[in-house]
Amino acid sequence: MKHTLLAKTLFLVCWLLASLAAHAQLAIEITGAGANRIPVAIARFAGENALPAAVSDVVRSDLLRSGLFNLIETGPQAIGEDSLPDLTNFRIRGADAMLVGSVTELEGKRFEVRFRLFDTQRQTELGALALRMSATQHRATGHRIADFVYEKLTGLPGVFSTRIAYVVKTGKRYRLQIADADGENPQTALASLEPIISPAWSPDGSKLAYVSFEAKKPVVYIHSLATGLRSVVANFKGSNSAPAWSPDGERLAVVLTKDGQSQLYTVNADGSGVRRIASSSGIDTEPSWSSDGQWIYFTSDRGGSPQLYRVAPDASNLQRISFSGSYNVTPRPSPDNRSLAFVTRSDGRFQIAVMDLASRQVTILTDTERDESPSFAPNGRMILYATEIGGRGVLAAVSSDGRVKQKLTVQEADVREPAWGPLSR
Amino acid sequence: MRKLLAVTALASALLAGCGSTPMSSDQAGASVEDRNATSTVQTPPVQTVTPGADGGSLSPLAELQNPDSPLSRRSVYFDFDSFVLRQEFQPLVELHARFLLANASVRMLIQGNADERGSREYNLALGQKRADALRRGLTLLGVPEDQIESVSLGEEKPRCIDSSEDCWAENRRADMLYSGEF
Repeated sequence: MKHTLLAKTLFLVCWLLASLAAHAQLAIEITGAGANRIPVAIARFAGENALPAAVSDVVRSDLLRSGLFNLIETGPQAIGEDSLPDLTNFRIRGADAMLVGSVTELEGKRFEVRFRLFDTQRQTELGALALRMSATQHRATGHRIADFVYEKLTGLPGVFSTRIAYVVKTGKRYRLQIADADGENPQTALASLEPIISPAWSPDGSKLAYVSFEAKKPVVYIHSLATGLRSVVANFKGSNSAPAWSPDGERLAVVLTKDGQSQLYTVNADGSGVRRIASSSGIDTEPSWSSDGQWIYFTSDRGGSPQLYRVAPDASNLQRISFSGSYNVTPRPSPDNRSLAFVTRSDGRFQIAVMDLASRQVTILTDTERDESPSFAPNGRMILYATEIGGRGVLAAVSSDGRVKQKLTVQEADVREPAWGPLSR
Repeated sequence: MRKLLAVTALASALLAGCGSTPMSSDQAGASVEDRNATSTVQTPPVQTVTPGADGGSLSPLAELQNPDSPLSRRSVYFDFDSFVLRQEFQPLVELHARFLLANASVRMLIQGNADERGSREYNLALGQKRADALRRGLTLLGVPEDQIESVSLGEEKPRCIDSSEDCWAENRRADMLYSGEF
């Protein structure tokens, strides 16, 4: 009897917490676009009215938001994939590519979405696919189609099906949230009255590592997104912070102060096997593993000011990477390991910059002034970061060439600490 | 007192219990876990953390609770980009060192802080340097290392939230907390 009451109360408390947490939607505003956008015609799909919302609308808004495409008007008429569309007509209207498709209802409230992508210049088919889904998966299906179009037309994998993690602060409450890359479908993974920082996706996208201050000090946790269960990775005497996953997902680089100042260590994902990988008389922090596993990039003030360094995971081959300016922090290698995004300070402004690792040439990408926490999209095209606009924390994204710019805001809340998740498999 | 403790335990159990309850959702996304800090229900720290200390009426920890005691001063401030204990705080550090030496069972948590400018993780490391400077100030006076833990809150728990020099100075700080206060 007592147990039932406790269970009921528990359920009620948790349900209240969950429902309170569900309303922090990110709104995305495009503030800049690519110079040479690809003109595409995305027709309405035949039969898509049977769904709660049109799949082709999701595809269109994804492609438009990327800043790399121009949408050519196709009119209100749906065009199915079962016959060849009038490609010449759409080429004359300016489209280089055209997407047509259909939605067919199957048994048991399931649907099949079939689509074909054409090159209007060469009058050839670039690819076709059929996807099966339930009615509520129309957004996920739209993202997959947009990924398909993006990859066929740019040569890079699309990231519309990926997810992002970030921290929302409302009043005194902190929430670690996961949302689709377009800001839809936000879910709260952790709610706390103490700060949460530095979320980091496991390479397979199933877990987040982060730092939570719920124990009145920074402790590193791993949180399984499917089950909500979590485990402590590092809770040594002193501070534990800055988790970064190895590309195989088996180890994490972390920053511990158990032996003195903030120093770099690696640790198995279960918290065992702690190994020190660098030693300095100053601060070493903000590790980030290169995707090929060769380097751990980090920030260190061992030379007098915070600068970018790298070291091999076996603690060999330490190198300094940045030499100009007095404040270069948060190095994040691009997925192809050719460049490094980081935060640089000049004239009191903190901005996102990118360094070409071959030439060491640095380009400042942003025109905001309080930039932090850069995070590459898994295809390397965009960098998501935190900044401040009008005294409020917002997320922003900039393309790695600096041309495409987006702003992501949540009403009445501070948003910070973004982390772009991996490609879905 | 027992009753109050029981209530606290129940509240903690309720909140902790959410962690193992996966939230079902149409979209199969993240599960919700709630970690409301232990401060949800206030308990007097003397009774909760030092069993046996309630025997005498002159508990040393009572002195920490006394707002008129010099021991109620717990903050040490630092200059911009500096991690050196300012001379003016030496008497305060000595006072707390004497208290820790006289009460070997009492532990101290030092929380270092940093102003909000720049990277959160780098600021966490800067806050740690301030906490470590204060810890060294105490251990130099003979306080055993294992009686003190120094940690950092970085820029995450600012006492002052405006973007002004006065405010940033207020946040370049290390605070001393005693057993029962953390």
